Order: sequence, then C-alpha cells, then structure tokens
Amino acid sequence: MAIEVDGQSYETDEEGYLADLNQWRPELATAMAIADGAPLEEHHWEVINFLREYYEEYQIAPAVRVLTKAIGKKLGKDKGNSKYLYELFPYGPAKQACKYAGLPKPTGCV
Amino acid sequence: MDNDDDQVVKKFMYMNRKAPYGTIYALESLEVVLIAAAFDQDVSLVFADDGVYQLTNSQSTDDIGMKNFSPTYSALGDYDIKKIYIEKESLDERGLTLEDLQALTYEDEDDDWAEKDSIHLVSREELAEVIDQQDVVFSF
Amino acid sequence: MSMLHTVNKSPFERNALESCIRLAKAGSSVLLMEDGVIAAMQGTKYSQSMAEAMANISFYVLGPDLKARGLSEGNVVEGVKVVDYNGFVDLTVAHDSVQSWL
Repeated sequence: MAIEVDGQSYETDEEGYLADLNQWRPELATAMAIADGAPLEEHHWEVINFLREYYEEYQIAPAVRVLTKAIGKKLGKDKGNSKYLYELFPYGPAKQACKYAGLPKPTGCV
Repeated sequence: MDNDDDQVVKKFMYMNRKAPYGTIYALESLEVVLIAAAFDQDVSLVFADDGVYQLTNSQSTDDIGMKNFSPTYSALGDYDIKKIYIEKESLDERGLTLEDLQALTYEDEDDDWAEKDSIHLVSREELAEVIDQQDVVFSF
Repeated sequence: MSMLHTVNKSPFERNALESCIRLAKAGSSVLLMEDGVIAAMQGTKYSQSMAEAMANISFYVLGPDLKARGLSEGNVVEGVKVVDYNGFVDLTVAHDSVQSWL
C-alpha cells in the first residue's frame, strides 16, 4: 500500500502505517486524517508531536496507559485521561495517533 | 500500582542472560516485558551473565544495520517497572562496573514524583534469594 | 597454509573460542565477531587466556560489533587489532581458508 501526498508516493503497510518513519512529514499526518474523515486540529497535533518526541527518545511508541499518564504530566491533568484522548482519536489514541505520527504500531496492540 | 482488592498479584521475574544483537533473546524479552506490563503484576527484571551487556552505555548499531533498542530500557520506569536487579559477580567477571551501564530510574507517584533509582546491584547470594520469592521466572 | 578462524559466540556462553584456540595452528588468525567480541575486552576472566594465545595466533575483532554492544575499541586486550567490514574481507583474502567456530 502507499499514500500519495503532493504528487509523491509513500509506502505503508496494509493498515496504513508508514513503512519508513524517516519519510514522515506533517503533510502526511494531515492527509491521513483527511482520508479518515476528521481533519487535524491543534489538540491532535499536541499528541502527535508528543508521540514523535517519545519515540525519538525511547525508540518505542508508548502503550495507551503510559501515553495517558505522560500526556497528563506534560499537557495538564485535563488532557491526561483516556476520555479526552479517545475523543481526539476515536480509533484508539495509541493506534490512530501513532499512525499519523508515522510511528510503528505500539508494541502489544493487535 | 492500582490493583482491585480481589485481584491476585503475582511476582513475575524476567531473567536476562544474553548479550544483545548476537541473538534475538534480549529484544524479545524487552518486548514481552513491555506488553506484559499492562497486566499490573509485581514485575522485576534481572540482568546476569552476558545479560549485563544489554545495559551498556553508548551502544551504537549504525554499522551493523540493526535497531539500537538500548534507549527503550529507560522507558521501563514509565511502564511501572521499578525493580531491576544486576548481579555484581557478572559485572566483575566481565571487568564492568555500574558506571559502564545506563542509569535507570522511575518516578515515585507516592512521593511527589521524585525520581528514584530502579537498579539494585545484588550479590549472587542476594539474587538467589529474590529468585526464590518469585511466582514465575521467565528465562531469556 | 594459513587459516582464518572466526568465532561469533561469547566465551561466557560457549566454549567455541576455547576449542578454536586449542586447535588453531601457530601462525593462524582468529577474528572475533558478533557476541564473540566480548572475548576481546580487557578485564574479563578470559583476558589472560587471550593474552597467552596471542603468542602464537593473531587476533582481530570486528569494530562494528564492539560499538553495537557499547564496548570501547580502546579497551580491547593489547595486541588485538580492530577491523571493519573491509578489514574482514581483506583478512579473508589474505588467508587460504576460513573456519567458522559456531
């Protein structure tokens, strides 16, 4: 599979996760979100950027529980709960946000 | 750790005894640990024998074309894994000290998120004691 | 006839290096690679037997495998030469045959 952005093609796996995370650009996240029918807003970007920083440091995409706790610490208690994160990413904060962030599927997610 | 009163918490230990990269054991163990962390059990990790090489500082895998997974160990604290035992004799036999290994910490929820050391340097005798107290030991 | 022996197992895990040293003829070479690079380090309980074997055998260690395991080239047993993949190829060419100790 592949995703087309600005006339360029990016390889993805069968679930739409980017094959090479070094190819990631913000425009890719935007395109993926539009394809899913829910364009990204600032609150989405906070989480996407957080995930990219987390991956950069630890080389893994965090589990939902870890993401929730860390988001709460970084962005405030009102955002550090699964209700908030599921509202932003209804397909699952870890799975969907990781996809937009160009990261592999979180370890342990089926 | 939040546990319901009626939930049985078991002591799970992951025993890491192999150097990284030469075999798949070290990475497999790490992945299993991260997945199993979701089950809120009493988890500890041991690094003994060549397993101590998994935690060496400044690993750089660019030239062997493999992913460097050593930064992931510092995420263990986020996964509520706070007990990491390193056998002192294994370090000694290899001419290593704790200085050669990365520091691993966790933030203590019950102590205003104070950063605390996860690593416990233990003697062979002390380690045998800890192993004896486990419900399950996974060997990698 | 000169032979290049390669050892890819840690001396703490297997006796491949021990057997290799015991059976390698004087004048041959040993390349330590993958987990075998652990034997090249100073201060291990095998450093002494490495130093003794070096009287008759030339030792090499693959640098990329040292770096991957966070082991410093500056800490290898004196006399062990660090080579990269090109050096590995050169060693292969320079010897009549290659023997892998698994």
